[in-house]
Amino acid sequence: MSQSEPKALAPAPASAGAGALATKKRKRHYSVLNRRDKVLLSLMVGVPLAVFLLLIWAMTLVSIVLSFTNWDGVNPIAFVGIDNYTQLFTTYPFFWPAVAHNIMWLLFFVCLATPMGILLAVLLDRPLRGSAVYQSIFFIPVVLSLAVVGFIWKLQYLPLAGNGFIDSAFVALGWMDPKHAVNWLGDPSINIWAVLVAASWRHVGYIMVLYLAGLKSVDPSLREAAAIDGANESQTFIHVVFPVMAPINVVIVVVTVIESLRAFDIAYIINHGKNGLELLSILITNSALSEAGLIGFGSAVAVILLTISLVPIVLYLSRVMRSESQ
Amino acid sequence: MSAVVLAGQRTTHNRTQRRLSRVALYIFLTALAIIFAWPLLYTVYTSLRPFGEIVNNANGAFSTPATLNLNNFITFWNSADYPHFFWNTMVITLPAIVLTLWVSSMLAFAISRFSWRFNLLVLMIFTAGNLLPPQVIIVPLYRLYNLLPVPAPFSDNGIMYDQVLGLILIHATFQTGFCTFVLSNYMKTLSKELVEAAMIDGAGIFTIYSRVVMPLVRPALAALGTLLFVWIYNDFFWSVMLFKSGDKRPITAALNNLSGTFFTDPTLVAAGSLMAAIPTVVIYLLLQRYFISGLTLGSAKG
Repeated sequence: MSQSEPKALAPAPASAGAGALATKKRKRHYSVLNRRDKVLLSLMVGVPLAVFLLLIWAMTLVSIVLSFTNWDGVNPIAFVGIDNYTQLFTTYPFFWPAVAHNIMWLLFFVCLATPMGILLAVLLDRPLRGSAVYQSIFFIPVVLSLAVVGFIWKLQYLPLAGNGFIDSAFVALGWMDPKHAVNWLGDPSINIWAVLVAASWRHVGYIMVLYLAGLKSVDPSLREAAAIDGANESQTFIHVVFPVMAPINVVIVVVTVIESLRAFDIAYIINHGKNGLELLSILITNSALSEAGLIGFGSAVAVILLTISLVPIVLYLSRVMRSESQ
Repeated sequence: MSAVVLAGQRTTHNRTQRRLSRVALYIFLTALAIIFAWPLLYTVYTSLRPFGEIVNNANGAFSTPATLNLNNFITFWNSADYPHFFWNTMVITLPAIVLTLWVSSMLAFAISRFSWRFNLLVLMIFTAGNLLPPQVIIVPLYRLYNLLPVPAPFSDNGIMYDQVLGLILIHATFQTGFCTFVLSNYMKTLSKELVEAAMIDGAGIFTIYSRVVMPLVRPALAALGTLLFVWIYNDFFWSVMLFKSGDKRPITAALNNLSGTFFTDPTLVAAGSLMAAIPTVVIYLLLQRYFISGLTLGSAKG
């Protein structure tokens, strides 16, 4: 990182005092940051930055380069142009299903899980007996590992023969013919929905807590003013609270999109992301970190995931940038 | 006069309406809370039942119990070697938390001493990287870990792959972005005069960091520490990808192997899942305030 001497800044001089005094003070501040301090500061920033650049950003660049090769991890690397991408888009059978599943994941979160989290936050934000208890119940899934979430829901979804709860209950209540019991996780036309319910179970509480934090920071006088003007609760929320929550709203959008792109653990636990549960993230590891050794190919999937991820990342950064420059 | 009567009618009308909507709200929230609590409650219930009882019941899992006991937990503790995997998790999680907080607090402190532009650039590099799906970098990272030489006390195979050190490193790297962001925002709220006074007194940068700034950011460190514990403890992806051998894996990833062995017995899977979940749930319930304030600190500013 540090090719040039970093410009260490002394704290701004106090505005009081005559000009001569101020100059004297500033000089003194500069001498306070001596050579040793400057070296120390550079190390404090430089070492973590170097590690981060190597492990995250350099690896991202290597992924991009590898995506144009046919490397299998053993034989010498050969560049093959955009062959991996052509293959992905045309012949590889799991690519479009994976894209579709990631989009379904996103839509399910955007249309159901995220609005539900926001709704719960709004409902639980007002003085309500037992509000803290409700909050804890909705929030507990968030502190569970996605691996644990996967197992907990597996107990619900297991087939009848495996003593899954849903099938056992439906059959016992006479709602389902035991000969045609639904295989929630094994049937490729429905297992993605089963997984989405499990994932939402955790996502709702996460959004609720983030949004509650935002609601708490809204200036109460705004609501009072709206109430005096005769606005009812939903009008106040839509026209007053929601607009001033813009910073949190961006966080919610970014979290929702990023979580849908990162989706991995639950599908991996259920069937390694096969047979109806294909996801971009799992295609990467299944092709590049398996016996198949399709490193170039897996990297091409990674590049596509990266490209999509850059949309929310840029959105987020531009917002941070704007708020910093204000 | 008629207007007054009308207004009076409207308020009684409003009051009953408000009471009704309040009842509806409680019904809605309670119904939803039951649905949300169900999967976990059912897991607890299943974990306490003997498997034989479920198999022999005509209604399978949908049945009332004749016996409830802790046998599944005992079996899981002994035969699945739970303490060993729990230890594996702690050996990764605790050093990773300390390393992350140490590095990110220094980083947050140091960048605030640099120019505003550089400060922002560093934050951007970290934040953007922090938001990347980890799967984007896993392929080259896996190769890199297989090539990186690591000397003996830190690695038993001479490389970074399949080592606790490798896991600590990637966790600390990934979490540093978020923590630096939070801590640098927190430090901006601290009084500048304190740092200036220390500088005028001739204190070096390191003294200011360790004696002036660190004690003041303790609340933020506590909040982040709680959050990091839950996140790193819960990790599944890195430990499955960067560990070859099952017996080095932390509890969450080990659960995946174990479910293969115990696949036919959902009562054991339930007990195992709960035992893996207990530490984070306990931490959350005990340190709820820190946990929530950690999340809030991260989202409030952006």
